[in-house]
Amino acid sequence: MSSRDKILAAVRSNKPGQRDLPEINIPVSYEGLTEKYTQVATAIGARVYSVESIAEIKSKLNEFFDPAKRWVASLAEFSDVAETNLANVDPHSLEDVELSIIEAVLAVAENGASWVPEQNVPQRIVPFICQHLVIIVPANKIVPTLHQAYEITAGAEYGYGAFIAGPSKTADIEQSLVLGAHGPRSLTIFILS
Amino acid sequence: MNVETKDHSGLADIFNQNESRVDWHDETLWFIRSKRDKAAQGLPEWELLRETASQIKHNVLSNLDEYLEQFESNAKANGITVHWAANAKEHNEIVHSILKKHNINRMMKSKSMLTEECHLNDYLKKNGVEVIDTDLGERIVQLADEPPSHIVLPCIHKKKEEIGDLFHVHLGTAAGEADPQVLTEAARQHLRETFVTRKLSLTGVNFAVAETGEFVVCTNEGNADMASHLADVHIACMGIEKLIPQRKHLSVFLRLLTRSATGQPITTYSSHFKKPRAGQEMHIVLVDNGRTVQLGREDFRNSLKCIRCGACMNTCPVYRRSGGHSYHNAIAGPIGSILAPNLDMKEYADLPFASTLCGSCSNVCPVKIDIHDQLYKWRQVLVKEGHVSPVKAMGMRAMALTFSMPKFFSFAGKAGRTVMKYFPSVVNNKLNPWYKEREMPAPPKQSFREWYAKERAGK
Repeated sequence: MSSRDKILAAVRSNKPGQRDLPEINIPVSYEGLTEKYTQVATAIGARVYSVESIAEIKSKLNEFFDPAKRWVASLAEFSDVAETNLANVDPHSLEDVELSIIEAVLAVAENGASWVPEQNVPQRIVPFICQHLVIIVPANKIVPTLHQAYEITAGAEYGYGAFIAGPSKTADIEQSLVLGAHGPRSLTIFILS
Repeated sequence: MNVETKDHSGLADIFNQNESRVDWHDETLWFIRSKRDKAAQGLPEWELLRETASQIKHNVLSNLDEYLEQFESNAKANGITVHWAANAKEHNEIVHSILKKHNINRMMKSKSMLTEECHLNDYLKKNGVEVIDTDLGERIVQLADEPPSHIVLPCIHKKKEEIGDLFHVHLGTAAGEADPQVLTEAARQHLRETFVTRKLSLTGVNFAVAETGEFVVCTNEGNADMASHLADVHIACMGIEKLIPQRKHLSVFLRLLTRSATGQPITTYSSHFKKPRAGQEMHIVLVDNGRTVQLGREDFRNSLKCIRCGACMNTCPVYRRSGGHSYHNAIAGPIGSILAPNLDMKEYADLPFASTLCGSCSNVCPVKIDIHDQLYKWRQVLVKEGHVSPVKAMGMRAMALTFSMPKFFSFAGKAGRTVMKYFPSVVNNKLNPWYKEREMPAPPKQSFREWYAKERAGK
């Protein structure tokens, strides 16, 4: 008997009697989502700005980051300041990227996370390998909790997707929080209305 | 490790030789427990989430065979190769066979307690494969040639000065450098070189979804993503109990996991892997290694609901003061103490006794496992099966006999009080393990029974 069959047979003979799935019925409040999201994202180490145009984002980026270094972006609107044609490059070649600019599908107020599926990044490695990360969040796409996030993205096709909440971090050495473990050292979020 | 000292109390003695370190360890973990409380209390729906999570997991246990088949078929349709391992040996051989197929002898691994349980690193090392752990805490204990002492905080037992010494030797940092910022930066540079040069990435799995065939990996550092999105081959190893039925159930578990673990609202990265990227090969290894046996133990099957948050360790008064290594098992603390005897009753017979049964572990568990009840039940099983020392077994038999004879119980109490009053050294001496680290209380003048009888008589 294969290990597969052995395991399945053992499960069948040892499992407890049927227990039904519960409904997920968690109360929710839609008040002050942008404020809550901004507060939580800031608390976990991100910088958050509310902006009204891509031009405004670009001017802030020029102020925060060194334009002489390598910038990449998933949105064609940034092709004047960043490389946007990366679909076919070897991911290893992105090792020297200073700044990645990507857009989230939605953001979650309760935990400061943004949902970024594969379609929103030129390569899976892009939000991780850069020194600094910028995420643009559409202002009308902030949901209260993860329950709504999964409801909205139900049935969406993706090969890979991630909730990203804050810059890469670690507290493995004596619980001292250090930003910039392996991934981005900083996360800047622009809430675009 | 010396076989003779390989029981919890002996190993805890070693940890307790340095009192200030024990205090520091205790306070650090309590600080994390306090952060957990703050996060949990911030959600009015916390108890509803725990109850929902527990019920979902119960449904998983009662339909695990169907969910496994559903997951396998969806993962295959997504282009992932699915392997089944009945035990640790098969798991290690499967991983090794994938390495051999690609002619790879250097790989990177992000946190996976399952591979610790299976002793994968040792196995691969013996077979000439270099494994680099990429989680900072795991890399630190790997350089120190130690196992992790905590499932979420692998080097919580280490002082920054010790880590500085390790990095000085292995990574070339300045002698005496112990600043966490500087040491983390050194590890970042060292591990970046690993990420861009190794071709195979092995990760653990936090949750696998039967409905979609995807699996979710949670990290704060981003190491699982850095490794897996660069590697040609990604192997994800999971215990079969990591399955959940539907994608929407992730919302319940992800809301609970990190709040329980560290008090964060969510990990920095919750990465959903559904299909390999173009040109990449992706494997999943489904591992039993005793889980189906535990599923058949009615009193203990709830332990399979565990989502490995570590909250029970952070809150445990015994864990905090004895350290993770005293449990001599990949998973330490209260949850480890109910999982380990299932694997080997003889070797881990001491662990269910490493508890005060205070119940704090059950109170903080995000999936409502009755941990302290199971610890109590394991003690009974272990005594019945003859896995406790003859002295302890004899003591327990004597106690059971005493409790079953009210007159003798009353006499024994009186005798004890008299002895304690006139000859305290009979009890208060170093030969009595109960006296160790304790001050015996002054003996009461009368027993509760005597007091009760007197009170009643007065009414």
